[in-house]
Amino acid sequence: MLDDFLIRAALAGLGVALAAAPLGCFVVWRRMAYFGEATAHAAILGVALALALGLPILPAVLVTALLMAGAVSALSGRGYAMDTVLGVLAHSALAIGLVAVALLADVRLDLMAFLFGDILAVNKADLAVIWGGALAVLGLMTWRWSALLTATLNPDLARASGIDPRREELAMTLALAAVVAVAIKVVGVLLIAALLVIPAAAARPLSRTPEAMVIGAALIGMGAVLGGLWAALLLDTPTGPSIVCTAALLFAATTLAGALRGRI
Amino acid sequence: MSAPLITLRDMSILLGANRVLQDVNLSITPGEIVTVVGPNGSGKSTLLRALIGALPPATGSVTRAPGLRIGYVPQKLAIDSALPMTVRRFLSLPRRIGDPEAVQALHRAGVPDLGQRQMVDLSGGQFQRVLLARALLERPQLLLLDEATQGLDQPGSAAFYRQIEEVRRDLGCAVVMVSHDLHVVMAASDRVLCVNGHICCQGTPDIVASAPEYRALFGTGTGGALALYRHQHSHSHDHDHSHPHDHKGAA
Repeated sequence: MLDDFLIRAALAGLGVALAAAPLGCFVVWRRMAYFGEATAHAAILGVALALALGLPILPAVLVTALLMAGAVSALSGRGYAMDTVLGVLAHSALAIGLVAVALLADVRLDLMAFLFGDILAVNKADLAVIWGGALAVLGLMTWRWSALLTATLNPDLARASGIDPRREELAMTLALAAVVAVAIKVVGVLLIAALLVIPAAAARPLSRTPEAMVIGAALIGMGAVLGGLWAALLLDTPTGPSIVCTAALLFAATTLAGALRGRI
Repeated sequence: MSAPLITLRDMSILLGANRVLQDVNLSITPGEIVTVVGPNGSGKSTLLRALIGALPPATGSVTRAPGLRIGYVPQKLAIDSALPMTVRRFLSLPRRIGDPEAVQALHRAGVPDLGQRQMVDLSGGQFQRVLLARALLERPQLLLLDEATQGLDQPGSAAFYRQIEEVRRDLGCAVVMVSHDLHVVMAASDRVLCVNGHICCQGTPDIVASAPEYRALFGTGTGGALALYRHQHSHSHDHDHSHPHDHKGAA
């Protein structure tokens, strides 16, 4: 069964959608959409460095994504608004990454595959990495769920209950870096943030509790993966963007449904 | 006489480069009600956040009784509209509670029918009551309220204060509350702390009202009157313990 490239592509996409659901919800709740973007853009720098130093790509991407997260928290609260810090860092990381890739003249690198993903080229080893990463992220999120949710609501409220909000943020940052690292193959660095934010946002009008929103985001994300794959085959379009387009359509549909029910 | 729940010794707090609080010595004893008053920016909320442990002291120390359970009702809790949250779900944060416990908590808070409502749809008064209900679920030994009656009208505040007194009576917890109205202090306060970057003066409401430091801070306008929220007491304050008014604490 795994010998069919379409099955492998679908499984890879489903794994990423599943892991992205709880994280995407936190990204939306904490107004960190551009944090996801910045982490993803740092990943292209990780790819460049890995190729230059002959290291495996996954750990290199993880490290640069975590460094980016560290840089963001170090720079925020120093006179710049968060969106400015993220704007500077996200685009700088992307630009530096692209320049670094260009400087590695001896490396034949399919840049497009990293920018937009290449889900149809997922092999069995990729699949193992994606599902391993996804399950690790889901485990971490389940474990820290209640504490992370309390810290998201209000850091002082968490403190009063004996929860360290910074530790919970660190857990979330780790998970975010892991999702970015495993999602590069599926949608590419330019569209990872979309896969985080859009399904979560689409689930919002249909949800009454945080848990319902996560489940909704997972279902919508998986629907977008399958729908996008099918559309890409049918219309001969690039798969990553097709998946994101499908997610955007689902967002439009749920927002409309929410508005019709008068709950938006 | 039981040991203090929290003791602050020569504690100073820095926010950025500003020394917001300086040389604070304070201990909170089980069961006492302490009201904190002071002008805007005097460090009232900072003091509360230091008690929670959200702000590390720059100098001095904060000592908590081992396993101290704190209930905290923040000044503002802005819930992002992107976060769906029913009242029932909110009560289960961070510890899951059973339905009977939730029903009982909402009933006690005087908002029995709100369980399925979204937090963002509540009125100011309902929101404060739900926050209080959640804080009480942990059966706190120390309840911290930061301007909890902000946005409530006079009858609303009166009802809220009455509820705090009931809570103290039922749970026996200590209460530290920041008063949002400088001149209105619960009559049931055992102690009033007047804060302005440090503790200017403290004592029973009557003593603080006549203290020169208090008059110097709040003297204008109302002539320094400290209004007490008095209401009909059906019970008497027959404490079985004494309250130390010595700010060095009883350690």
